[in-house]
Amino acid sequence: MSHDGTLSRPAIERPDSVYFFGTCLVDLFYPEAGMAGMDLLKQQGVRVVFPQGQSCCSQPAYNSGYREEALKVARAQLDYFPGDWPIVVPSGSCAGMMSKHWPDLFKGEPDEARACQVASRVWELTQFLVQVLKVKFEDQGPPVKITWHASCHAQREMGVTDEPKALLRQLANVELVELQREKECCGFGGTFAVRHPEISAAMVGDKVADIENTGAKAVVSGDCGCLMNISGALEGGKKPVRGVHIAQFLKERTHG
Amino acid sequence: MGESSINFAKASSAALQDQQLRGNFRRAMDGLMSKRAVQFADTAEWNGVRTLGASVRLRALSKLPELLEKLEANCTKNGIQVHWASTTDEANAIVLSIMQRVNAKLVVKGKSMVSEEMHLNAFLEKHGIESLESDLGEYIVQLDEAMPSHIIMPAIHMNTKQIAHLFKQKIKEAEYTEDVAQLTDLARRVLRKKFATADVGISGVNMAVAETGTLCLVENEGNGRMSTTVPPVHIAVMGLEKVVEKLEDVPPVISLLTRSATAQPITTYVNMISSPRKAGEKDGPDEIHLVILDNGRSGIYADEELRNTLRCIRCGACMNHCPVYTKVGGHAYQAPYPGPIGSILMPQVEGLETRGELPHACTMCNACVEICPVKIPIVEIMGRLRSEAVHPGDAVKGAGSHASKAETMVWKGWSMTYASPLAYQFATALLAKLGNAAPASLPLLKEWTNVRSKPRFANRTLHALAREKGIPDV
Ligand code: SF4
Repeated sequence: MSHDGTLSRPAIERPDSVYFFGTCLVDLFYPEAGMAGMDLLKQQGVRVVFPQGQSCCSQPAYNSGYREEALKVARAQLDYFPGDWPIVVPSGSCAGMMSKHWPDLFKGEPDEARACQVASRVWELTQFLVQVLKVKFEDQGPPVKITWHASCHAQREMGVTDEPKALLRQLANVELVELQREKECCGFGGTFAVRHPEISAAMVGDKVADIENTGAKAVVSGDCGCLMNISGALEGGKKPVRGVHIAQFLKERTHG
Repeated sequence: MGESSINFAKASSAALQDQQLRGNFRRAMDGLMSKRAVQFADTAEWNGVRTLGASVRLRALSKLPELLEKLEANCTKNGIQVHWASTTDEANAIVLSIMQRVNAKLVVKGKSMVSEEMHLNAFLEKHGIESLESDLGEYIVQLDEAMPSHIIMPAIHMNTKQIAHLFKQKIKEAEYTEDVAQLTDLARRVLRKKFATADVGISGVNMAVAETGTLCLVENEGNGRMSTTVPPVHIAVMGLEKVVEKLEDVPPVISLLTRSATAQPITTYVNMISSPRKAGEKDGPDEIHLVILDNGRSGIYADEELRNTLRCIRCGACMNHCPVYTKVGGHAYQAPYPGPIGSILMPQVEGLETRGELPHACTMCNACVEICPVKIPIVEIMGRLRSEAVHPGDAVKGAGSHASKAETMVWKGWSMTYASPLAYQFATALLAKLGNAAPASLPLLKEWTNVRSKPRFANRTLHALAREKGIPDV
């Protein structure tokens, strides 16, 4: 169920090709999650195009109040997605930036219509796998207990709430235990973690405690910002729980 | 007010170190969240009522000037005297002049956030008038010489033990007890005496109905009704946005308010005040005054996007659900209105130069937007204020005041790199190669690695991997 203010995508036909927007955090820190995302799409018989000119959805500057700078970077992306294919993003946060905030960012600009057109083709990865490709996964991994962290922007901007868990539940050997505060922000918030490190630390501390309470061996998430924050805190606190991106987790489980 | 810049980071750091406080907030907010969830368990009903609530508030705001005129006309017709104040100083002066005319020495107050905004108690005290808070939470906070930490539950930062100590210390006849009923009883005894002798009663207003000239007040303790009926003079203070058009707009808004605030389907008292005591009536004040405060609101009203701030019905749900507020509590915001709504309202009312830190007290998780019963796009407005803080404009006071040279340069450099594929690929390839060599003691990294391991750059970027694996580029 999508909440008010979130976008839900109207159903579309299964396309032959899709664009993949890697996001800057995936690019630098979690490229294997990006590759896994593309593999999952290819497994379904979809051709994946990765425009080499792409860089960033512009969210960091936009959220810091630097809208002109954000506009410049967002505008530079428009050229790289010329076809009509869907644009699949392995991050709810960047997907939310592109589909929800680009139309505002470009308001009154000469390329507003073009930006809106691109924005309207953006899908969060799990949303696309479930709603458009209607994937069915077969689990090939050993039994494991995991938990799911819901990214704020995936749930509240993209309206993605059930899709990732539906995918995880397809895996027969995976026991999914829900967090007590699944929907609560992990305290990353882009520059927030740097501007308010102590509050951010307190927030991720609560998140880690919640994860530990489930007894899970891994925490799966669809956003690299959250992942960097949560797994960084798990590692920093020497907790034996691994943080993993959902694309990578799904690929591991289905490819052995 | 507002002269000095606040330091949210410092205040929140102190709050985080106070384990007692953190525990108090976490428990209280968890309780409120789960109780509220029960009230709005039916998603379809929730969507329906909040759409209705939002539209009532939007309709009122769309014709705000007209409704305010109507409110004044109808209140006047009913015998309620209406006063306009464009600043908090003016509002205080109006209240004082009424008091001086009736020679008031003692005032009892019902709960009112606008009076907090006016710093009315301190002002009256300066003029030799005793002003006593009669809402239990406000009374506790007043005894403690502190500020409310929540707009609905002013003393939520304290637990029973702390209150027991406070009462013992500050109330003459008090015996030490942690029994909540006995504590409440003690406060009631103190307050009852004051109600009987007060010269003036002050209250806030939850809604004012333009069509009928009626002031609506919701409360649970009966102290509000005491404040508005027992003393011979009643002064109500309200922000100018609190008007609604018709009587039938009241029930849906009250229902959203009470369910969002305290998870009650309705409060114990809903007071509808439409005139002073009439001939033959047994109770009620001889005079009622309504002070309508602007304090920057008409400026907010003038901007179509910022105007949505004025939809707020002050239910407090956004704070209860805010992961930052629930960690640091209300005092860290150093403002009468804390939490998400305070973070957008305070900078607009008092200016970005002193309150510009507040829109950054947020991870932009949107939990407040999801919960707000009148659908205020809080986070969007927060983003707008962040950008006003660095780009000079004329919509908000102090716009441009946070544009630090260094930060601007960083974002300029960032946009140059990220807008050029060549520069981007060069920079990221370099980072992937060398990034991990950065010492954890670098300024920003240091903060990060206090509780977290250092982020590790991958050996090769996704761009590089995609090229190697032959993933098509077009
Ligand atoms: S902003 Fe919304 S949730 Fe917050 S106090 Fe106002 S009405 Fe309630």
